[in-house]
Amino acid sequence: MTTGVAAPQHVLTPKRPRSRARQLLLGPNLLRGAWCAVLGAGFAFALVVFLRTVLNYHPIIKGGPIVTVILIASPLFFLVGIGGFDYWWKYMSGAPTEPEDHSGHGARSWKDYFRVNTDHKVIGIQYTVTALFFLLVGGALAEVMRAELAQPGEQIVNSQTFNGLFSVHASLMIFLVIIPIFAGLANFVLPLMIGAPDMAFPRLNALSYWLLPIAGLMMMASFLVPDGGAFNTGWTAYAPLSTHAPLGQQFFTIGVQFAGTSSIMTALNFLVTIITMRAPGMTFWRMPLLVWANFTTSLLVVIATPFIAGSQFLVLLDRSLHADFFQANAGGDVISYQHIFWFYSHPAVYIMMLPGFGIISEVISTKSRKPIFGYRLMALSLLAILVLGFTVWAHHMFVSGMFSWLRVPMMITTMLIAVPTGIKIFSWLATLWKGVLELSTPMLFALGFITMFTLGGISGIMLAAIPVDIHTSDTYFVVAHIHYVLFGGSMFTIFAGIYYWFPKMTGRMYDERLGKLHFWLTFISFNVTFGPMHWVGLEGMPRRVADYAQKFATWNLVESIGAFALGLATLVFVYNFIVSWAAGPRAPGNPWRARTLEWQVSSPPPIFNFDEIPQVVGGPYEYGTPGAVHAVMNGDRAKVAVPVGGDGHAAGSAGNGSGNGNGHEVPHRE
Amino acid sequence: MTGGLRNPYLQVLLWTLGVGSALTAIVLTVPWLPQDASTAAHPVDTLYDVLAVVSCYIFALVTAILLVSVVHFRRRHNDLSDGEPIHGNTTLEAVWTAIPALLMVGAAVYSALVLADIEQTKANTHQVDITGQQFAWTFKYTSDGGFRAGELHLVKDTPYHFKLHAKDVIHSFWVPQFRLKKDAVPGMTTDIRVTPTKFGRYTLICTELCGLGHATMRAPVVVQDQAAFDRWAVQAKKNQNLVGGIS
Repeated sequence: MTTGVAAPQHVLTPKRPRSRARQLLLGPNLLRGAWCAVLGAGFAFALVVFLRTVLNYHPIIKGGPIVTVILIASPLFFLVGIGGFDYWWKYMSGAPTEPEDHSGHGARSWKDYFRVNTDHKVIGIQYTVTALFFLLVGGALAEVMRAELAQPGEQIVNSQTFNGLFSVHASLMIFLVIIPIFAGLANFVLPLMIGAPDMAFPRLNALSYWLLPIAGLMMMASFLVPDGGAFNTGWTAYAPLSTHAPLGQQFFTIGVQFAGTSSIMTALNFLVTIITMRAPGMTFWRMPLLVWANFTTSLLVVIATPFIAGSQFLVLLDRSLHADFFQANAGGDVISYQHIFWFYSHPAVYIMMLPGFGIISEVISTKSRKPIFGYRLMALSLLAILVLGFTVWAHHMFVSGMFSWLRVPMMITTMLIAVPTGIKIFSWLATLWKGVLELSTPMLFALGFITMFTLGGISGIMLAAIPVDIHTSDTYFVVAHIHYVLFGGSMFTIFAGIYYWFPKMTGRMYDERLGKLHFWLTFISFNVTFGPMHWVGLEGMPRRVADYAQKFATWNLVESIGAFALGLATLVFVYNFIVSWAAGPRAPGNPWRARTLEWQVSSPPPIFNFDEIPQVVGGPYEYGTPGAVHAVMNGDRAKVAVPVGGDGHAAGSAGNGSGNGNGHEVPHRE
Repeated sequence: MTGGLRNPYLQVLLWTLGVGSALTAIVLTVPWLPQDASTAAHPVDTLYDVLAVVSCYIFALVTAILLVSVVHFRRRHNDLSDGEPIHGNTTLEAVWTAIPALLMVGAAVYSALVLADIEQTKANTHQVDITGQQFAWTFKYTSDGGFRAGELHLVKDTPYHFKLHAKDVIHSFWVPQFRLKKDAVPGMTTDIRVTPTKFGRYTLICTELCGLGHATMRAPVVVQDQAAFDRWAVQAKKNQNLVGGIS
């Protein structure tokens, strides 16, 4: 979207021809990003050495502080180098800005995916592929853990490495896989679904993406720290363990800031896009549930994410400047870390789940050929989860020694969240009932999700019951629960979403047989891996240990075998993904005969999505109603004199879209 | 599709009851939880069983609707028709909002009662001060002369009040057979109340990640009679003087 607010004077300057070498070195690209990052490291080194000299510190050259400042400075220099700030810099400095000729839009070759690109479809793919890369890395770390845990005793890795493995595994899976992959899928399909040509702030969108690989590479790079290795205090990084941990901890503390900033900026972008850029006629009650889901998720992100940023800043200050926020013998308060941390990290559970709910609603409705049962209650239950989600954080702290009166209220709110969640499960089931079910891969993952997530919800209720939680807290029962919720839950929705929109995103069809093979292998090996963890947890096996009692050996071996099978299943997915993208059959515009807007354009969609902004005239899931349509596209407009299936006012706003010369400038408010 | 056992509604009902009951049988017969060795264990186990049994039927209901739908409403080859345009049913939606809400309130009230039960203060408690530090536990028998030891010896059927301390980072006190757990936090004292009910040797497990030796931070727990405890205490006091006391 060409920014509508106070548009700067676009001065058309004749471009000076640059030599190819000069363009490569100085143009906004990865190479400039790389040398700028090195420059940033040099700057950080010089700054620290200078300050230590001035302040009479000895030794003058000290690894810890230098690395800390490099971790902050180098990524920022990199972002400047890759061109994330080029437009704004010219705008701010009064230099003639380059005319918005949309040259940053669309991808003409694979190289365009390695540049700052403002097209939401390119960014969506950048996000998704990056997240899948980190999924493989995080999965590989898990396989090493399971190899170690196949037998009691230490065989493959020592406890230092093991603690690093589970810490980096969890951090990558949460911050670099589940959260961003939802942002990626939504980036691609959400503007299409609401009939918008792009996100509200395309340049911010590009910048949000480029923060992400920084965070991921930083977390991975922590394994290279010579003294102490990777951060090994878990993804929870409880103080004071984290404030006294070796240098690797700094890679988490700072890495999270980049991932968090990326989340917040994307969420703001989604909010503004959803609120202001819906096509005419797209009222809130006509939005597909994926849009509703990302609307609620974005509110959660914007409100909650600053808290984890805060918690890690306090840890950073404790570590680097001896601020002693969490140092008990210096007046600090240990438990306050957990309150701040969980005030983000519990809502984060819903940040990692609500977009998945949205995906499941799309898949189930389309693949059952039925409207979503109880659409409005489905949307309202998302809002209920949003509100309740902020009132339950201390259920992670029932054994923490916090003030005890908070426990029972938090248990009640936690259990109440099961009500809106139950509404969603039952509404999906009712949507299946009397449908015409097509059991293709996305649908299989959706159905797998419903069963596995129900199990995760059930163990969640048990963990909410304080007396049961006291026994199971920090055991493998919790490990089982989070994997049923985040893998059987979130990851299954992600797989459903990737298969569902694969034709739209790549323009190719995936291999259905391999997709089904992937599902069944995943479904079975997932349960073999994580099912027995419930039992060993109840029996008494604590989490986060490389070694365990002999009596847990059998089940741990079973879990490890399951984990290796799960790894193989993922390779089937990767193979299908790559081969189908490269050489799959061409996808038609609407292979699923779906009703939402993203399927009414070609696959992949044209650069600006719609030749003409569509006119929305009805709900998104009007299956089974003869003649009902969700939206009127281009040429069809003339044919439909009176919109069908709308709630009346659509006809009044008809014509807005076509009347506006600047097609993508149609803010629509109810 | 409406005749006899082919009726999908009947199938959902039968599956829910059948599979729910089968799962319940498994839940109640398999010993999921370790031996119960404190007064808290029995109420906690009962709560767990009640939640698990209700969960069995809920899970059976969900799978029943899902599988019956898959069997009955699966698309025939080349069938391009749509399902019935059912947009919702207010009564049904009210039911599946209200019933889970009632179940949850019930579960919360029951859990709160159990919590009050297992945490109640008892008369004549013996105090032991327990200190966690990377990666060992120290026990100071405050009510029994104040000596220190590296093992937790308890007298059966005696109510204990443990005061938990931590020297460096957070640790967590857990004896699975007691079903009780509480963090030991630097800078503050936390409490845990245990009345052991069965003789035996158990293991105290640190359950809060506390560093590289976390997996090895264990201590033996022995529940014995008063005479055996007294004999051990005499020996422990001697050892304490030999080691110079674990501070």
